[in-house]
Amino acid sequence: MKIYVCVKQVPDTSGVVAVNPDGTMNRAKMPAIINPDDLNAMEAALQLKEKECATVVAVSMGPPQAGEMMRELLAMGADEAVLISGREFGGSDTFATSQIIAGAIHHLGIKEEDLILCGRQAIDGDTAQVGPQIAEKLHLPQVTYATEIIKEGNTYTVKRALEDGYMSIQVKSPCLITCIKELNEPRYMTVEGVFSADEKPLTVLDYEALKDEPLIETETIGLNGSPTNIFKSFNPPVKGKGEMFVGSDKEMAMQLAEKLAEKHVI
Amino acid sequence: MAEYKSSAIEEFSNIWVFCEQRDGKLMNTDFELISEARKLADQRGSKLVALLLGGEGIGDLAKELGGYGADQVIVCEDPALAVYTNEAYSKVVCDMVMKYKPEVLLIGASNIGRDLGPRCAARLHTGLTADCTHLDIDMNTYVDFLDKNSNVDVKNTEFKMEDVNMKMTRPAFGGHLMATIICPRFRPCMATVRPGVLKKEEYDQTKAEACEITIVKPNIDTAALHEKVLEIVKEAKEVVDLIGADVVVSIGNGAAKDIETAKKLALELADALGGGVVGSSRALVDAGLMDADRQVGQTGKTVHPKVYVALGISGAIQHQAGMQNSELIIAVNKNENEPIFEIADYGLVGDLFKVVPEMINAINSMK
Ligand SMILES: Cc1cc2nc3c(=O)[nH]c(=O)nc-3n(C[C@H](O)[C@H](O)[C@H](O)COP(=O)(O)OP(=O)(O)OC[C@H]3O[C@@H](n4cnc5c(N)ncnc54)[C@H](O)[C@@H]3O)c2cc1C
Repeated sequence: MKIYVCVKQVPDTSGVVAVNPDGTMNRAKMPAIINPDDLNAMEAALQLKEKECATVVAVSMGPPQAGEMMRELLAMGADEAVLISGREFGGSDTFATSQIIAGAIHHLGIKEEDLILCGRQAIDGDTAQVGPQIAEKLHLPQVTYATEIIKEGNTYTVKRALEDGYMSIQVKSPCLITCIKELNEPRYMTVEGVFSADEKPLTVLDYEALKDEPLIETETIGLNGSPTNIFKSFNPPVKGKGEMFVGSDKEMAMQLAEKLAEKHVI
Repeated sequence: MAEYKSSAIEEFSNIWVFCEQRDGKLMNTDFELISEARKLADQRGSKLVALLLGGEGIGDLAKELGGYGADQVIVCEDPALAVYTNEAYSKVVCDMVMKYKPEVLLIGASNIGRDLGPRCAARLHTGLTADCTHLDIDMNTYVDFLDKNSNVDVKNTEFKMEDVNMKMTRPAFGGHLMATIICPRFRPCMATVRPGVLKKEEYDQTKAEACEITIVKPNIDTAALHEKVLEIVKEAKEVVDLIGADVVVSIGNGAAKDIETAKKLALELADALGGGVVGSSRALVDAGLMDADRQVGQTGKTVHPKVYVALGISGAIQHQAGMQNSELIIAVNKNENEPIFEIADYGLVGDLFKVVPEMINAINSMK
């Protein structure tokens, strides 16, 4: 059994965000991390592997620098890593990205007992679209927002989080599941893992390797081919600083209450 | 059926909204979306169509969608659609889109909408913009929106006024920026829209009566379905209506040292302000001190109450993303340099455990 885990290297959006003149994010200027939900997907794959024989393949699309992240995933326990990288792929929206990743997985081969795991969404876009779109391109059933995955033979029983509870869904492999942080606690790399990572295969698939893949439509990939385009990006207006009350706690509270009464809030 | 080609954009017309139902009940997001889509249909001079899928008898809900502005409701009734499955729903939605070719398709960004939307967009060979917070078709309306809600100098910017691509605006890069996205070469233009962001209009009984209802028998081969729903479990916890509340009093890390007292104070303050709901920053949710369904922010809920109070919250950009459009913002924080004070209308610097009781007293004394 092969378990493909789709991972993305993302800029850490919790800090300062650098933006290019064309409105795209200046990734080079921001610290890069492994997308948090993807670590839950990796952990789920490693747990399945502990129960039965499986090969865990980390797959990522990104710039050559993402190779470092791939080494980390190998150190965490992945058996192989595949980095999809090429200028032609840059600037792809979710439609374009999912075609390329689906094409790459198809190229690597997907059999009846195989599984694809993704994080629910990446923190740099928060779209949650790439997982389901990969599943569609590969004609596989999908389950999103997984908080529990139980495998029996080729049948997966997955708890799918809803806003007000959950749904329990059964699908057969091959299928695609997207994972959320409630699913598990991702492990850290071990020292041994770090040493063995260098011996594990890291393959790069470029445009040449994938351009003849039937699932990839070369005219709808990359910045110019993507169906969606950024029309404009802007900052929300800076709201003028409000009024700061001064005085003792009691005095400040009284001033607030007076303002609220004036404005008919109370 | 004429051949479906997403790039033949001139063949597509009308504004569609996918209306989600759970347990045979419409969702609030449906009404928000229909209300907003009404404006888009008027801007475009086209028809507004609601698409409703469900089990037998679901058509009974159709008129209500008319009351919020739908000209027509297409109802797909089938026992296989009673409960959402990605497979059956994406099949029927795509079949309908391929048959009728709408120009725009909007879907609520619920856990279900975010499962369905991308699957359909990929099959329909078109783009999808996630979690939109604002939509325009008419360029004048868009420019007006930019003028009021952005730092763009619209007077010195050129716009193609005849552009009729739907302009889909959403927070980008973790809420640090806003981006407007278009899908110029393919149709339908698809967007998922965050619950609670758009405004629901008044219900109108005459419109409900006038709405045209079309029942379609969907083509589902149940034997070919792979996805089986074993059970649906509603978690028996108190439902927190953060999105609909007029008053939200949120607590943050500053409340962590005595969470029970802080919760009590927050609720009492909400009561003094006319009654409301207690929200939270992510810090307390991550620490396990507050339930995730109370989280306000980029990865939590977007609220726009009449009054939002932030108690012991620093005001990180991701928190602001969920509350900055509140009508009035009050902040209490012991550090006067925190970013929360940059967006607050009224700021009180002090220890929340001491200031909040004074606030409750002062407000009650004014009544
Ligand atoms: C991808 C991503 C998504 C995120 N999504 C969200 C989200 O949806 N919502 C969200 O809230 N955060 C989100 N965050 C986290 C966010 O960046 C902040 O870490 C978080 O909002 C901080 O919460 P806080 O303000 O409660 O805590 P802190 O930043 O620790 O602030 C605590 C504040 O309390 C004040 N304080 C302490 N004691 C007292 C006292 N006794 N009286 C008064 N004031 C006191 C302090 O001065 C401080 O300002 C996200 C982060 C990332 C990376």
